[in-house]
Amino acid sequence: MRAYLTCAWAIVLRETLRFVNQRGRFIAALVRPLVWLVVFAAGFRAALGLSITPPYETYITYEVYIVPGLCGMVQLFNGMQSSLSLVYDREMGSMRLLLTSPMPRWWLLFSKLLAGTVISILQVYAFLVLAGMLVGVVMPVEGYLLALPVLMVTGLMLGALGLALSSLIKQLENFAGVMNFVIFPMFFLSSALYPLWKMAESSELLRDICALNPFTHAVELIRFALYGSLNPTALGWVVLALALFAGLALWGYDPARGMVRRRA
Amino acid sequence: MRAHGVGLIAATALLCGAGAAAADGGEIWVTNEKDDTISVIDVDTLEVVRTIPTGERPRGITFSKDFSRVYICASDSDSVQVMDPETGEILHNLPSGEDPEQFVLHPDNRRLYIANEDDAITTVVDTETRQVIAQIDVGIEPEGMAVSPDGKIAITTSETTNMAHWIDTETEQLFANTLVDARPRHAEFIKDGTELWVSSEIGGTITVFNVADQTEIAKIGFEVQGVHRDRVQPVGFEFTADEARAFVALGPSNHVAVVNAETYEVEKYLLVGRRVWHMAFSPDRSLLFTTNGVSGDVTVIDVAALEPIKTIKVGRFPWGADARP
Repeated sequence: MRAYLTCAWAIVLRETLRFVNQRGRFIAALVRPLVWLVVFAAGFRAALGLSITPPYETYITYEVYIVPGLCGMVQLFNGMQSSLSLVYDREMGSMRLLLTSPMPRWWLLFSKLLAGTVISILQVYAFLVLAGMLVGVVMPVEGYLLALPVLMVTGLMLGALGLALSSLIKQLENFAGVMNFVIFPMFFLSSALYPLWKMAESSELLRDICALNPFTHAVELIRFALYGSLNPTALGWVVLALALFAGLALWGYDPARGMVRRRA
Repeated sequence: MRAHGVGLIAATALLCGAGAAAADGGEIWVTNEKDDTISVIDVDTLEVVRTIPTGERPRGITFSKDFSRVYICASDSDSVQVMDPETGEILHNLPSGEDPEQFVLHPDNRRLYIANEDDAITTVVDTETRQVIAQIDVGIEPEGMAVSPDGKIAITTSETTNMAHWIDTETEQLFANTLVDARPRHAEFIKDGTELWVSSEIGGTITVFNVADQTEIAKIGFEVQGVHRDRVQPVGFEFTADEARAFVALGPSNHVAVVNAETYEVEKYLLVGRRVWHMAFSPDRSLLFTTNGVSGDVTVIDVAALEPIKTIKVGRFPWGADARP
């Protein structure tokens, strides 16, 4: 058991160090949601107020609405980026080194996933501090606390999705494809930018697609948590998606059956 | 690293400041213009606990000084209704003249000064004998009503004539008329009756008068970022207990302005529901309740933190509001 923890700790530490040392990546991870918050949200400011949807108890401006969605976006990008780093590891050969570890492969994958999630949570809190200081979007204290376990679950789910995808990607260059076919559709077809009732106004079908998107549930879970309440439906969906994506990732990385073997 | 730590401390300080104040009991009564009802909100739970039927188109509402009676302007029933707030039963109607919109109870707890919107008249009714004492000709579409704390002066504002009419309550005669900006809707005395504030809905201003000589001291303008100035229409306003601040409802701009009553500067704008017109403080003055006509709800503002904390659904087109302990 101790060996397992040492192994996980080493991987988390390595990834965290790698992240902290890549100052450019840290700044990029913060600038991206801030550009959305400061520039994009300015165009939709909704000075007359957005209608009340839970968990909000009164009228809000668009800046307030978009913050939880951007927390989700930070985790979504981070999940994909961690998966990219796996592809990189595979190409550069450092994955072989990792695989010589006596630990079972699922544990190595889980440690990788955990490391990515920890990094994404660091990014989300840094973003929340900046959102409070620059734009004045401040949550209740209990919201910042409850968000921590919730961000763990959503981070694992989005990271597992990245892992499952990375087992399918042969080369680094394919990350552009991931942007086009995974990140953008997941982000835009969700409640991150617009409430679902707004989607329903243009098309019921669009609303239904958004409601099926696991990213929508991740965002809603974060949104409720930031206001100090738990959304059990969203939690159920996120856990279900986590189980599904984790299963896919395990299958994809299984040398006997998965995609890795066929390409090797 | 150090800068980061400072940021965290700043954020934490912000958070602690935003803690909601707990109000100390009481009820807010809100008239619903289109539903012909009153919604009663419990100040502790911030929920509607009673809905009481009234006459047609209830607008102005005020409690007697001992809170044993509530007076309601039932505009389309052409009467002021007197209700027992405990039972919700309408005890009798007062002869109010046609289309009463707003009114104010004289400090003697007896005389009611009523603006008759369609008749260009202010009617004075004795609430005990239920008789009309006087009818005073004022400008067209009278609405805003105020009485000075010493009870010597009553004010009617007329929406179309754009004037504040000054009434001597001993003779029940006009003694002065002062022009204000277009469509004056509401008037209040402050600072022991030495200042009179009048809001102008279309003009988008509040005019402050020196009561001693009826001259203008100041004019307050409003500007809500991102909202066209035509939508910034000040209507009702209320003062904090120390009269340091005024809260001004800005109609279809969906904002309430916080005005420093000493410098006449706007300090902050608070986002509330659609078309906010009137307001009432909780009995301990820690919370302010705004009536949002178009969205049919009431927004609760934490007075100390200057933050809207909750919006409560009431009937259709909530109009007036008053509090009782």
